[in-house]
Amino acid sequence: MKKKIKIKLNGKLKTINNKSTLFNIVQKNKIPLAKVAIELNQEIVDKKKIKNINLKNNDKIEIVHFIGGG
Amino acid sequence: MKKDKFIISRKNFSSRLIVGTGKYKSMHECAKAIKLSGAEIVTVAVRRVNITDKKKPLLMDYIDPKKITYLPNTAGCFNSKEALRTLRLAREIGGWKLVKLEVLGDKKNLFPEMIETLKSTEILTKEGFKVMVYCNDDPLMAKRLENSGACAIMPLAAPIGSGLGIINEINIKIIRKQTKLPLIIDAGLGQASDAAIAMELGCDGVLVNTAIAKAKKPFQMALAFKNAVIAGRQSYLSGRIKKTLYGNPSSPKSGII
Repeated sequence: MKKKIKIKLNGKLKTINNKSTLFNIVQKNKIPLAKVAIELNQEIVDKKKIKNINLKNNDKIEIVHFIGGG
Repeated sequence: MKKDKFIISRKNFSSRLIVGTGKYKSMHECAKAIKLSGAEIVTVAVRRVNITDKKKPLLMDYIDPKKITYLPNTAGCFNSKEALRTLRLAREIGGWKLVKLEVLGDKKNLFPEMIETLKSTEILTKEGFKVMVYCNDDPLMAKRLENSGACAIMPLAAPIGSGLGIINEINIKIIRKQTKLPLIIDAGLGQASDAAIAMELGCDGVLVNTAIAKAKKPFQMALAFKNAVIAGRQSYLSGRIKKTLYGNPSSPKSGII
């Protein structure tokens, strides 16, 4: 059985496979990469490198985009 | 006639009306109102992507950032740390360097927290951002922002979303006289004539959101603001007559039968 880890994605607790990369998360959630910015544990991530970023237990991911505002 | 240019951070714009993209009933309504307003710059907020509802429409699908300049804001930030985090993320989305800094100090009156704003302006400028700064209508603070590297000074007319119009015309005039930076009235306008007044005071532009988005007829109001900004600017450039206490007839006094 694959080992699972817990992460927080935009404030929501998710259980994912141990060897997931940030790219897997982006793909699974159908995130339009060109229109977002990603933070991992409060540090901005280079979107070009997300395939090489392995997630760890308790990682906090924030994915943001632009919405209407004044 | 010399061309009347509106330049922000070396970029030339023909519309002096900047509009916000919040509070509209739909993205469609927002996009149409922006089109009618003629605005070339729109403010946008940075928020979490909705992970659960992936079908939610995206702002970028309605307002093309290649055609309209996105001005990411820091709405909802109450200290420098939050504002810096937000704008660094905004830059990461697609290279946005021209930003609107707005650090609030009070949840009720939404007045800007100027100490944090000043601090953030300094840091962001050093990081290469072009910072348009939402501020109170205090000439001394406006001067300090200018010295800290702000690329535009954006004093409030009145509290955000209040629709009260320009509360302190004198201060706006003083700020106008002291700065060569673009001066843009941001927040508190209620109707098109407020925008005309701002322009007649010598402001370079106005930023409007609620007054258009929450008008009973947002499209008509968008058009009204567009015309008011143009009229106000032309009026300012035309040099108004002096005010006098008594009347002065418009028809000749001679040759009366």
